[in-house]
Amino acid sequence: MLLEVKNLHVRYGNVAALHGINLHVRQGEIIAILGANGAGKTTTLHTISGLLRPAQGEICFESQPIHQLPAHRLVKMGIAQAPEGRRIFGTLTVRENLNLGAFTCDDKAQVAKTQRWIYELFPVLAQRHEQLAGTLSGGEQQMLAIGRALMAHPRILLLDEPSLGLAPLLVKAIFQTLWEINTTGVTIVLVEQNARAALKLAHRGYVMEVGRIVLEDRAEALLANPEVCNAYLGGQANRE
Amino acid sequence: MEEFIQQLTNGLAVGGIYALIALGYTMVYGVLKLINFAHGDLFTYGAYLGLTLLTSLALTDRLGFTLGMVVLVLMVMGLVAVLGAILERAAYRPLRESPRLSAVVSALGASIFLQNALMLIYGARFQVYPDNILPTATLNIFGLYLPLMRVLIVLASVLMMIVLYVFIQKTRIGTAIRAAAIDQGAARLMGIDVNRVILMVFLLGPALGGIAGLMVGLYYGQVNFTMGWVYGMKAFTAAILGGIGNIPGAMVGGLLLGVIEALGAAYLSIAWKDAIAFCVLILILIIRPTGLLGERVADKI
Ligand SMILES: Nc1ncnc2c1ncn2[C@@H]1O[C@H](COP(=O)(O)OP(=O)(O)OP(=O)(O)O)[C@@H](O)[C@H]1O
Ligand SMILES: [Mg+2]
Repeated sequence: MLLEVKNLHVRYGNVAALHGINLHVRQGEIIAILGANGAGKTTTLHTISGLLRPAQGEICFESQPIHQLPAHRLVKMGIAQAPEGRRIFGTLTVRENLNLGAFTCDDKAQVAKTQRWIYELFPVLAQRHEQLAGTLSGGEQQMLAIGRALMAHPRILLLDEPSLGLAPLLVKAIFQTLWEINTTGVTIVLVEQNARAALKLAHRGYVMEVGRIVLEDRAEALLANPEVCNAYLGGQANRE
Repeated sequence: MEEFIQQLTNGLAVGGIYALIALGYTMVYGVLKLINFAHGDLFTYGAYLGLTLLTSLALTDRLGFTLGMVVLVLMVMGLVAVLGAILERAAYRPLRESPRLSAVVSALGASIFLQNALMLIYGARFQVYPDNILPTATLNIFGLYLPLMRVLIVLASVLMMIVLYVFIQKTRIGTAIRAAAIDQGAARLMGIDVNRVILMVFLLGPALGGIAGLMVGLYYGQVNFTMGWVYGMKAFTAAILGGIGNIPGAMVGGLLLGVIEALGAAYLSIAWKDAIAFCVLILILIIRPTGLLGERVADKI
């Protein structure tokens, strides 16, 4: 098991956001996490990345407990995240943003190789590498956020709503790229509002509601599940 | 014309000093969104440490003027940097998660503590830099007689600003400092240890502030335990003038303020010298609250 979250409770001050969630991710999988606004998806990813500390429960990465480690150590261990809202460094250049993604990597040759691969995945970043990141379009910024996370050469990539605010065609392209990234051996955890696209890409999925996991299944099963259809896929069951 | 250039170069020397102090305010603000009110006192410590080291170790006698000065500068930088790191540990780190007001109160407390400690050690009177050690020579540049010390101060402050700028722009750690100033959470997701960035900023800023203190001692020949207050306020004004949080802004703001002040004192009235800085501050806050190069801050202080 690559990543295991056990009975995770997280609070913001006095307000509990996660009430004991369990999930696991195997090496090489793509996992989708679905849920309405405020369900606790971002909180889950932030806690895995070490930005938040659990009130209870534990998180294991390759069977090692990691929930007490500082965020920067986790990146070095192979957990990278492209956070919600992209959070690129707007007044730095595209190249500087990508270099920061590789902040924990000491192997220069490896970094150069990863960078070439990212420029192949997202050629527009190569064209704009001296441009200030804040002047990129929304879609380009999302590509930069994903590319920046990949620069860390992660074992597992956490993506928080990568399709937010993007045109359908671009969403399709980005999901295609995520699939390509996965085929190189990077495990992916994908938080998405765009449930149909996410489930088509993913192997398995979890559905969250107000801080709990209410459903867990193979992606095809979730796509065919009437409850999921009504709540997240706009009603129509998908039986392709 | 002669008078004008004398005033201009004097303004650049004082402005360089303001700029070095302002960099400390602006870097700490950039990363922590906190005004380090004790920064002016670290500047004063630089002035006093410089005095003590200069007299007790007789560096310029033993090593010659140039090498002695270089060693003195490095020692003052190192010691004040360590003080800055201790200040961060003792006064700010324990309050990292607390409301901002707690940190501001802690900063003011640290300032009072540092000032009083200095007064207990050295006494409340002015302390005088030994004038037999300092060069009183003047340089003749194209028929213009400029004091050597003034020229050295301008050159040294500009050199240090260039070094800092290159460090911030070109190195890995410098880029990490800029990233942490933009978005700490995102910086942590890049694997940046933000605590180390904060420590770095509390080493660099005080090191430059300490040098500024030493320069004031060398330039004016006397120091006082409350001098950090006036210089701190001026440098803070310079940081706002350039746009707080903005490193080139602090450099430009400092030099500009020094020149405005020197020319104002010469051509308007010497009595207005200190008032000019604060008029500049008020004007900036009214006309361009973001400072010359900066982003919006007026509501963050
Ligand atoms: N910094 C915070 N302080 C207090 N409460 C918070 C904070 N961040 C999130 N919450 C609360 O925690 C709960 C879960 O939020 P979270 O951001 O994890 O939801 P989400 O599933 O990512 O939602 P969305 O789809 O809108 O991004 C919400 O009720 C939210 O109001
Ligand atoms: Mg979210």
